[in-house]
Amino acid sequence: MRTFKKKTSTLQSAEIDSAENAIANREVQGLTQRQIVIRRFLNHRAAVTSLIILTTLVLFVFTGSGFHVGPWQIPGWWKHNIDTLSDLIVCSEGRLGCPTLSVVPKWLGGDGIRLGEHPLGQDDIGHDYLAMVLRGAQRSLMVTFIIGTVAGIIGTVVGAIAGFFAGRIDNVLMRFVDFLITIPSIIIGSVIGYHFGNLGALFLAFYLGLFAWTGLSRLVRGEFLSLREREFVDAARVAGASNNRIIFKHILPNAVGVIVVSVTLLMSGAILLETALSYLGFGVIPPDVSLGLLISTYQDAFTTRPYLFWWPGITIITIALSINFIGDGLRDAFDPRQRRKVTLKERRVKLFNRLMRKSQNV
Amino acid sequence: MSESILEVRDFSVEFWVEGVWYPAASNMNFDLKPGKVLAIVGESGSGKSTTAMGLMSLLAPNSRMSGSVKVKGQEMQGASAKVLRKFRGKEVAYIFQEPMTALNPVYTIGFQISETLRAHFDLGPTEAKNRAIELLTMVEIPEPHIAIDKYPHQLSGGQRQRAMIAQALACDPSLLIADEPTTALDVTVQAEILELMRGLKDKLNSAILLITHAMGVVADLADDILVMKNGVIVESGTSEQIFYNPTHPYTKELLAAVPVLGKGKKRNFVVDTAQRSEPVLKMENVTIEYPKRGRVPAFTAVKDFDLEIYRGEIVGLVGESGSGKTTVGRGAIGLLPIKSGRIEIVGTDISNAGSDLLKSIRRHTGIVFQDPASSLNPRMPIGESIGEPILLAKKAEGEALNKEVEDLLESVELPRHYRNRFPHELSGGQRQRVGIARALALTPDLLIADEPTSALDVSVQARFLELFLDLQSKLQFACLFISHDLAVIDILCHRVAVMQDGLLVEQGERDSILKNPQQAYTRRLIDAVPVPDPRVQAERRALRLGLK
Repeated sequence: MRTFKKKTSTLQSAEIDSAENAIANREVQGLTQRQIVIRRFLNHRAAVTSLIILTTLVLFVFTGSGFHVGPWQIPGWWKHNIDTLSDLIVCSEGRLGCPTLSVVPKWLGGDGIRLGEHPLGQDDIGHDYLAMVLRGAQRSLMVTFIIGTVAGIIGTVVGAIAGFFAGRIDNVLMRFVDFLITIPSIIIGSVIGYHFGNLGALFLAFYLGLFAWTGLSRLVRGEFLSLREREFVDAARVAGASNNRIIFKHILPNAVGVIVVSVTLLMSGAILLETALSYLGFGVIPPDVSLGLLISTYQDAFTTRPYLFWWPGITIITIALSINFIGDGLRDAFDPRQRRKVTLKERRVKLFNRLMRKSQNV
Repeated sequence: MSESILEVRDFSVEFWVEGVWYPAASNMNFDLKPGKVLAIVGESGSGKSTTAMGLMSLLAPNSRMSGSVKVKGQEMQGASAKVLRKFRGKEVAYIFQEPMTALNPVYTIGFQISETLRAHFDLGPTEAKNRAIELLTMVEIPEPHIAIDKYPHQLSGGQRQRAMIAQALACDPSLLIADEPTTALDVTVQAEILELMRGLKDKLNSAILLITHAMGVVADLADDILVMKNGVIVESGTSEQIFYNPTHPYTKELLAAVPVLGKGKKRNFVVDTAQRSEPVLKMENVTIEYPKRGRVPAFTAVKDFDLEIYRGEIVGLVGESGSGKTTVGRGAIGLLPIKSGRIEIVGTDISNAGSDLLKSIRRHTGIVFQDPASSLNPRMPIGESIGEPILLAKKAEGEALNKEVEDLLESVELPRHYRNRFPHELSGGQRQRVGIARALALTPDLLIADEPTSALDVSVQARFLELFLDLQSKLQFACLFISHDLAVIDILCHRVAVMQDGLLVEQGERDSILKNPQQAYTRRLIDAVPVPDPRVQAERRALRLGLK
């Protein structure tokens, strides 16, 4: 039965392609490719939500703790920063530095809604923990985006060249990639961290980016290998297009889907790599903080002061998840064959609307 | 005997697209009796395949169906998955257009056939295998006991289709649904497959629902015909009624659009003898080889090929698939390196030209590809695709380029504002016209047309050929027209060259080749072309069988 089922399912999709062609065309009539992609993306609820969350988080984090632009320091709106030490607040049962944030209103038996002096509490010696989480998240985000950009560019270019020219060039490049893949990224990371960690988080991210592109280049290569055999490439060649033009103008836009997805995965992987490295002590080095560093420092505090663990943890998960969802949405949006399934709810809403119209007409 | 195997009443299929239900087939009513062949004909998008898939609820989840479909009295609409599964394969079997994609490439055909068998019957592996060999013998695959252990890619196109028919017949289905079963095949193979289906139908007394756009195939096989347009049956009747006495204008139009070998409008052509002095394309002893790849040995696709094409002339290149037609076309404009021999385009030797020389020769050549869907970059507006050769030849830029592109669009009868459209927004015929516009952008001296009509519907094809002829007589380019459709060649070409297995079998004036072929191979090609006329086709069939 297996083969039979498979047979029918492949044909089903082929059949839909042809039979629905006329119908599918209606969906995209008169729109440019970009408009189509944007519209499809906006239809992807999880991706749009994630995009909003991530943007908000980035704004919140960067405006909160301030940042450097060249020699200038732009101050953030949060009153503490990671250097200021204040006295440890004494809270109930003689514990020190616990969070002053309260969200339960008084009439529910809580302490009322307030931020207090140190909403997320303080660390052992009195640093404001919100300031540290803000700064940590900022570092982690920057590391993520730098690794994503560096690895994205290198991976795409190497993959494109290997896939397009194939033959010997492909062989040389891919064997080099094979070599890089054999070295675990965590080891590369710790060696780089050990040597260059003192240069700061951004340099570390850059160097990590130099090693993180291997998987992407493989995917891009595969995509190019199949796209270069398509007739439109021959057509471009007959039109007199140079190799550069064929690679960047003709083939690359068709491979964007794969690249976008892969880079988003890479980025959410990078944030975890940074976390892991900082956890091992090779990533971001104190007094600078990153989310991974915060978690590793306070792992022992989990039972007694769980808030020191929860906040950076939740932030990491939020960033990684929202990047993944955005990538998912982009992939769907870039895939012209993507066809959405009709949900029951949509059918019901449609039916309801039709009935409403009918009743109004009557 | 008179009881229908298939009864379809008020059957409709709709697809849900962006918030609206679109009807793909509506109010279908038909019956099918054992031993009969019912053909559904119509152009692509008319809903014929959708209907066929819908009968056994094989459609995508964004579809809905209504009405009633009864197979042997059992209602299929709304039947449980279990019932459907029991009927699929056992009572109703499908044959698909492309056997390469419909067979699973990682299993041997024997495995796939016995799997179908064992899914429906209580059979041991050896018994199933024996039965599979029996089936392969029945569909006339040579050496079935060896073929059974072969993978789909090891078989030829025709044999693959036979293997698929064998799989479809595994459980003696009472209804066989054949969706364009011969479209992907050569004429000679097509004739064999049609013969096979005819024989099997009589032997097993099963009914066949044939879905096709090829009127010749219909004339050969069908007892009754349904003509569909935009999801509606516009006319139905017996084969004789439809072919000799069509009443609906659409049916008439459809029949008129089918090119018939030897019946097309004769075109008188004058090739200026003065210009004969220098051919636009000259190929001498050309051999093209696909180099050794890993363990796959080098393959000689074209051997010692000679051809000359003069200005204002269209030369047809015909042959079965795999005979090297496309390779010749690609070699002729320098897309493939040649191993030996000599190719000259407008007097320039491009046999082993470097990229600079090739680039300069690109201004004189154009190519129209077979599949308009894959030959246009899906991420580029068509205006950009058409304008690319002009831009790269530095002939025009900016506004001037846009103007030229719009003129080209107009010359292929497309609206000027289509410049900003994307390939997926156009129909197949429109896309192919864009392909022509691009090929003609630099008013080339030589145009290679590689099966430009094989992906088009007949009526679209008819319009396309008219346009093509118009343009050719206006621009007087030399053209190598590659096609497997002899009727099209008959309409278009001045001279014809016939290829088999990489060798030039014969070439000469159109009429002398098509009317009076000297080679047995050419004879066979011409005889195998089905004629869209049931009586004539029956005679031809009898004649061909007599010859065997």
